[in-house]
Amino acid sequence: MRNLLRLIIRYHFFFLFLLLEAISVLIVVQNNSFQRARFIGVTRSVEGFFLETFGGIREYLILRQTNRDLQMENTLLRNQLDGMNRKLQTDSGHSSDSVPRRQFSYIPASVINASTNKQFNFITLDKGRHHGIEPEMAVISPRGVVGVVYAVSGDFSTVIPMINRDFRLSAKIKRNGYFGSLSWMGAGYNMAILEEIPYHVDLHPGDTIVTSGYSAIFPEGILVGTVHDFEAVEGNFYSITVDIAVDYKKLSHVYVIRNLLREEQLELERITGND
Amino acid sequence: MIKLLGRNIIRFVVLVLAQILVLNNIQVSGYIVPYIYVLFILLLPFETPGWLLLLTGFALGITVDLFTQTPGMHAAATVFMAFLRPSVLEMSAPRDGYEAGTFPRLYYMGFQWFLRYTVILVLAHHFVLFYIEVFRFSEFFSTLLRVLLSSLFSVILIMLSQYFIYRK
Repeated sequence: MRNLLRLIIRYHFFFLFLLLEAISVLIVVQNNSFQRARFIGVTRSVEGFFLETFGGIREYLILRQTNRDLQMENTLLRNQLDGMNRKLQTDSGHSSDSVPRRQFSYIPASVINASTNKQFNFITLDKGRHHGIEPEMAVISPRGVVGVVYAVSGDFSTVIPMINRDFRLSAKIKRNGYFGSLSWMGAGYNMAILEEIPYHVDLHPGDTIVTSGYSAIFPEGILVGTVHDFEAVEGNFYSITVDIAVDYKKLSHVYVIRNLLREEQLELERITGND
Repeated sequence: MIKLLGRNIIRFVVLVLAQILVLNNIQVSGYIVPYIYVLFILLLPFETPGWLLLLTGFALGITVDLFTQTPGMHAAATVFMAFLRPSVLEMSAPRDGYEAGTFPRLYYMGFQWFLRYTVILVLAHHFVLFYIEVFRFSEFFSTLLRVLLSSLFSVILIMLSQYFIYRK
């Protein structure tokens, strides 16, 4: 500071000159419409140059917001799509229900905490009861199945991901429709095991595994993973190693799926089971 | 000292009045206007400190601006000229410096010295003034022509004033 002052005092003639010239030019620009117009024109083009150059950087910096917006839009589209699908189905069958009902409704959420290196991993989401999330709802990402909501508080919820030893999922082989039970054996965050596929089924590495839709939690046909390897156990069944489609280490934006017809389905199944 | 100050104030007033009342109304062939009010800066004593030089330059320019409806233009030009003055004086100083009790006037310094001093500073002043007025470089040479012609007239008037008014 002291040196700066000394510098200014030493070159005060030059600094005073700069100051007075700046004031003069300011007066010129502010009071003469012609010069002002020219000046604004020049500053606009400089501004344009800077905006163009730094626009790219800014776009990069707002990617987070952009992603969120896109996620919101995706949610809306998924909701509409589900309504359309239902409508198509009800139109082809003769349903008396004139108002098509959506079976699934999607709620966007962000992952705020996740573990991948334990035997009982959990994921925490930034949405909770206030946003309509309840236990036993499905959680998916754009790449595939993530897990099932386990517990809910007002603003947060925890999810049991596929890579938790308590996780069970009914999954099927997309190509031929045989279904089995998917679980995780605690080995690696990208591998799961699909069991109870009969021995006679034709299998190839790379076959797609999707949800079966039998659980009243997941919609049918959501990607789970691909067949990595398989071996016969106990003679009658395959034990299939599955490459999980979702990368749990990179998970950030997910959708929580509410099955609007779940109560109805469970109620009916309960009555049937009681009989 | 007081006498010097009073004389300079009177000179300031007279030159500004001469400029706005007489010279601004003379327009040779349309756009050539001689500006002799800069004579005030030229005639300030050798010992004038730099900051005072700049401030008086600014004050002089702004005063002329007020009467010509060209806010800031003359101020910018005059400040620039005042900024150059110490360098020009240093450049054209006699071998043993300026004698005490002398002033930068034709009477003391001689015709050649004063002409050179005047031409450099008047050109600088007119250059800034005219280019700020058009505020672009696209018509560089037509503006430059106006700068040169106006400077010529200004220099002639200033030199003449040295013979007629400031004889002593």
